[in-house]
Amino acid sequence: MHAEVELSLNFDIKGRNFSNAGTISTKIKEILQELGIPMSIIRRTAIAAYEAEMNVVMYADKAKLTLCLTPAGISIIINDEGPGIEDIKQAMEEGFSTATDEIREMGFGAGMGLPNIKKNSDKMKISSIPGKGTSLDIFFNLSKVSEQ
Amino acid sequence: MTLKKVQEILQAEIICGENLLDIEIHLAGGADLMSDALAFGEPGLLLLTGLTNSQSVRTADIIGAKAIVYVRGKKPAKDVVEFAQSKKIPLLSTKFMMFTACGRLFSHNLPGVNEFKGKKSDAC
Repeated sequence: MHAEVELSLNFDIKGRNFSNAGTISTKIKEILQELGIPMSIIRRTAIAAYEAEMNVVMYADKAKLTLCLTPAGISIIINDEGPGIEDIKQAMEEGFSTATDEIREMGFGAGMGLPNIKKNSDKMKISSIPGKGTSLDIFFNLSKVSEQ
Repeated sequence: MTLKKVQEILQAEIICGENLLDIEIHLAGGADLMSDALAFGEPGLLLLTGLTNSQSVRTADIIGAKAIVYVRGKKPAKDVVEFAQSKKIPLLSTKFMMFTACGRLFSHNLPGVNEFKGKKSDAC
């Protein structure tokens, strides 16, 4: 029944709030489960949202996350305020990381975040202004259901 | 194998989820970096980790892992246990180190992600 559903929700993410890191992604997963979205799409969306949320918590000051559900699919847009990314091409390489020890103690900072967001989403756009912030726009096609 | 069998092989203590020991485990993976678990984990995974903070449970929930085994005798704090209970994710703790814990399960024919994916593609 997900084809008729339309929804738009906004969430605030606080940078460096490690104790609550990931709560919005868990909420997004719960919302998608309640709406009856196929599990394989929920899983990909939740992984990408969690990676993106952790990126904000780890590196930015704050961000707005918008979750939109249309008949075509799920979109997640995150606009953060923070240091931005100097070299997006380099940041997209697996293993490249500027993580601090505190981030690594949390189990993150392996340089897998952005590549994993790309792997799990059907479309990904990222832009950044160094010193101002980063915008991430990811989309999940509701017609693309895998066997997982 | 069942989670009960996993518990026996690893001589593990059950931290929470005693009522879920009959769930079937089809694959396992070990990672202390949740970045790796998110990137390489498969649905239904048994996650072995030495990371005991809330992100271990959150990662397990996000990737659809069935249970977590903490290695090296580690145990999470009360709030992490409560979070796992709310997500119905059983938590176990084994005194074995990561390599030994993974090796014991593997030697009892529990596949890792590579072998599990290989089996799936063989079946296609």
